[in-house]
Amino acid sequence: MSAGSNEGLSRRGFLAISAATLGGVMLAPGIRLIEIAAARAPDQPASGKVRWGLLIDTNKCEPGCDDCVTACATENGIKSTGHPRTDSQWIRKVELKDMRSGRTHSLPVMCQHCAEPPCVDVCPTGASFKRADGIVLVDRHICIGCRYCIMACPYKARSFVHQEISDQNPDVPRGKGCVEGCTLCVHRVDRNQQPACVEACTKAGHNAMIFGDLNDPHSEIAQRVAKYASTQIRADLRLDPGVHYQGL
Amino acid sequence: MAESLAYRQLSGPPARFWALLAALAVPLALGAAAYFYMEHNGHIVTGMDNQIVWGMPHVFAVFMIVAASGALNVASTASVFGKTAYKPIAPLSALLAVSLLVGGLTVLVLDLGRSDRLIVAMTHYNFKSIFTLNVFLYNGFIIFCAAYLWTMLERRMNRYAKAVGMGAFIWRLMLTTGTGSIFGFLVARQAYDTAILAPMFVVYSFAYGTAIFILLLLAACRWDGQPIADALLARLKNLLGVFVAASLYFVTVYHLTKLYMTRYDDLERFILVDGGVYTLLFWVGQVLLGGILPLILLFHPRTPRRGIVAACALVVLGGLAQMYVTIIGGQAYPQILFPGMIESSSFFDGVIHPYTPSLPEVLLGLGGMALAASIVAVALRALALLPARLDQVAGSQA
Repeated sequence: MSAGSNEGLSRRGFLAISAATLGGVMLAPGIRLIEIAAARAPDQPASGKVRWGLLIDTNKCEPGCDDCVTACATENGIKSTGHPRTDSQWIRKVELKDMRSGRTHSLPVMCQHCAEPPCVDVCPTGASFKRADGIVLVDRHICIGCRYCIMACPYKARSFVHQEISDQNPDVPRGKGCVEGCTLCVHRVDRNQQPACVEACTKAGHNAMIFGDLNDPHSEIAQRVAKYASTQIRADLRLDPGVHYQGL
Repeated sequence: MAESLAYRQLSGPPARFWALLAALAVPLALGAAAYFYMEHNGHIVTGMDNQIVWGMPHVFAVFMIVAASGALNVASTASVFGKTAYKPIAPLSALLAVSLLVGGLTVLVLDLGRSDRLIVAMTHYNFKSIFTLNVFLYNGFIIFCAAYLWTMLERRMNRYAKAVGMGAFIWRLMLTTGTGSIFGFLVARQAYDTAILAPMFVVYSFAYGTAIFILLLLAACRWDGQPIADALLARLKNLLGVFVAASLYFVTVYHLTKLYMTRYDDLERFILVDGGVYTLLFWVGQVLLGGILPLILLFHPRTPRRGIVAACALVVLGGLAQMYVTIIGGQAYPQILFPGMIESSSFFDGVIHPYTPSLPEVLLGLGGMALAASIVAVALRALALLPARLDQVAGSQA
């Protein structure tokens, strides 16, 4: 009897597993298709309706944790050459201490993807440019390496490549003599993925970084920015950075 | 008047001239070697880094570009303001202006991360960039100076000299305004971000350009053993004195402006009090050696010619110190991202950035100066640009 019921259960179990597997096999490509459909096709221009941005909650950002920095370096093929003063840093952890109250903060700083980027204003060739969706990039084909954008950036967000680079990530071409900076992982964003730093922060369980469309009122980032007080670095310059900070 | 407008080439035996060119070839070759070394290895071999991105080449380049527009002063004074005493030396002034500009631009271009992409800079324009505007201002200046030389030297074109001279004068004011605005329009750094840098650079250019011009004039005349009227030299030195005094005035206003605004107190403390090499270069280099001492030498009633030469050389050295303080000092002071907070990071936030100029950078800069000198030397030998006589001053009432 018991043997029979065991046999029945296992048959039922087998059927359930089979159904789940079959369903999975049938649905997965569909889900993948939805993902691909949501991602931007290579021949489609970036949409001006979107404003990609980041919200960084400094209360959640763990002092001493630099998972976002490590993830950025891995994703973009940035390696230390043993020359910290000339090495590129697309994202860095900044430790702050209030001079009066002594309150401390730890937060990542990267290209702030300004709506009015000074780097784009000063670039003589137009190599520094802002995509319609708010991502500020450097066109490596026409950057002449004048470094005027580094002089103009209020966030110290750009780096100049001081020497030959090898073992590059094919998605992220870099080159000696050009200026570079955080791309908001544009190659991932165009595939409907999150920037590497955000993914790493979530994976570490801190959830201090949210990426999304600031123009979409239904997005988590837009709702959080609408609900809670947040600031932008050097807001006095009125460059309208796409990176917002909460808790500062 | 007419006889004073006869021009001649640089004379002297060929061997002496070739020796001069050979001497200039040394810094030129070293500058070229420095460029190829930097180009091959990248800027890692310079003293520049991601904190100080504009180094010694910019100090030389900006100095020469600013001096270039000022070198045209003498020509402008002759044609635009009708001071006939300067007419015989006006072509030399235009030649020096073009040469200094070419020297400065060469250094600037060879310091680019991708100097091989110069053609890109000439074909892709972002008209909101001051650099782009400057590309047109620089090229236009060279064209204006060439046209100006033509109208001065070709008798049939003489009647247009005043109009072209006026155009060149206005253009040179725009050019130096553009150079000053490269820094003045940068909101990101405390040392810049002020419109006064534009007129300040214009006044600096008057001083640097006139000083270099007097040195060149004396050198060219000494080469040929040609006498210069004391009256002419006295006018030139007084003109330089006024420009040096005006430069000091602008420096004072610049620092008072920054000092008055509380948010710049820390930067001013850095430059004026505890900035180490920058404080030293400011007070000793720019103010004392480049300002006060030349003023004393230039306005002292019994200054010998050697004193005038010393004053001009001091203005040049002071100008280089000034550029070092402005360009390097302005970057050495950290950018304040979070006012009221103490910042620290692996990217050197919140700390003074050190900078030591490397040999290739200095050689590149000196190479640019040698290039300017070479152009002047070859042009003076090949073209009749020097006045036949300078021992009498015309229009002494002016």
